[in-house]
Amino acid sequence: MADQVKLFGMWASPYSRRVELALKLKGIPYEYIEEDLSNKSSLLLKYNPVHQKIPVLVHNGKSIPESLVILEYIDETWRNNPVLLPQDPYERSMARFWAKFVDEKILITTRMVSFTTGKEQEQAIEELTEQLKLLENELKGKPYFAGEAIGYLDIVVANFLVFWFRNLQEALGINMFTEEKFPIIFEWTEKLVKIKVVEECRIPKEKHLVYIRTRLEALKSASK
Amino acid sequence: MERGVVLLDFWPSMFGMRTRIALAEKEIKYEYREEDLRNKSDLLLQMNPVHKKIPVLIHNGKPVCESLNQVQYIDEVWNDRAPLLPANTYKRANARFWADFVDKKIYDLGSKIWRTKGEEQEAAKKEFIDCLKLLEGELGDNHYFGGKDFGYVDVALVPFYCWFYAYEQCGNFSIEAECPKLIAWAKRCMQKESVAKSLADQEKIYEFVLHLKKVFGIE
Repeated sequence: MADQVKLFGMWASPYSRRVELALKLKGIPYEYIEEDLSNKSSLLLKYNPVHQKIPVLVHNGKSIPESLVILEYIDETWRNNPVLLPQDPYERSMARFWAKFVDEKILITTRMVSFTTGKEQEQAIEELTEQLKLLENELKGKPYFAGEAIGYLDIVVANFLVFWFRNLQEALGINMFTEEKFPIIFEWTEKLVKIKVVEECRIPKEKHLVYIRTRLEALKSASK
Repeated sequence: MERGVVLLDFWPSMFGMRTRIALAEKEIKYEYREEDLRNKSDLLLQMNPVHKKIPVLIHNGKPVCESLNQVQYIDEVWNDRAPLLPANTYKRANARFWADFVDKKIYDLGSKIWRTKGEEQEAAKKEFIDCLKLLEGELGDNHYFGGKDFGYVDVALVPFYCWFYAYEQCGNFSIEAECPKLIAWAKRCMQKESVAKSLADQEKIYEFVLHLKKVFGIE
């Protein structure tokens, strides 16, 4: 029976894009279903009843939600190159640790940067800078986070930081994530975008800027 | 391979308990070091500089941080006995999903139950029970979340059982009345030596919570 792979996603979500990137890197054909998050489809609610969120991967009728869980599932099910997670258990635990750091700590700080102003925002920017420096440290002496080739942590960091956050900072009118401050990450970005499927998976910038600005405005007026 | 396994931990931590259970399941000898969280050791700060938190598993000098990471690491390194994650990739993804669910929901809601009062506490209690009922649904008629065998999700969730008494006392409710199947599962797990030896005594946990309430000035 031919494999049937579907991905329920959303074009502006870095979590959705990271799954697409993994599928494309592995050359796995899939059907993409765009979800309108203000009007979630009954299929999405059926496949992810617990969290009702995207992305959800459906493989031969079986659903897997949560992007980091999906990435590991993809890697374990389709064992062709590139192998996304390190083989060594210690290296694997480090990759998982930093992915969680991005999704849990860095996400919270970027929210603070987005929704605060003045001194509070300055403090959030400082904290984010420190967190990004920790991340950059992991890249020292290696072409990719995963080592010699693109892997799990590269996919996670690229989608969140490089393709999503850079647009966010432009929409916010701040410029904290610069080549000057983060030379190693910038060099890694240049390498990444030369990979065809990575470039294909980027969130379209102009559309994204409009989307972010609209959402920020809506949230600001809702809180008044 | 069992050379040099050290666990930096704090006795009431349900996260530390997960790692203790995994180590016991695999019959790994290790050195347990109790941390004073108001006076963290140099070793802890060196081994977990990012979060400065317990538990930290140190194997041959290298640190593994975050409890679910540690359980997976232990399962992958000592893969010749007592498997915790299923062999089937879909079942494995499902196990990771539910362990992640426990991480996202149970600790914060449980904390809210003992830290708050009035409407906030009632809302936390309701959501807490809703989450436990979802977990009951996932358990179904199985002996364990792992099916016939004790597994990853069982390890992720069962440490919270020794905190249930404290939640019940502080929240003035009965978890067993709402989720009898889950309590039956927990008692089944407690019959395993690895679990019974790793969980703290529930009365001691309640005393600890009362002490914390005093320290934080919560009535």
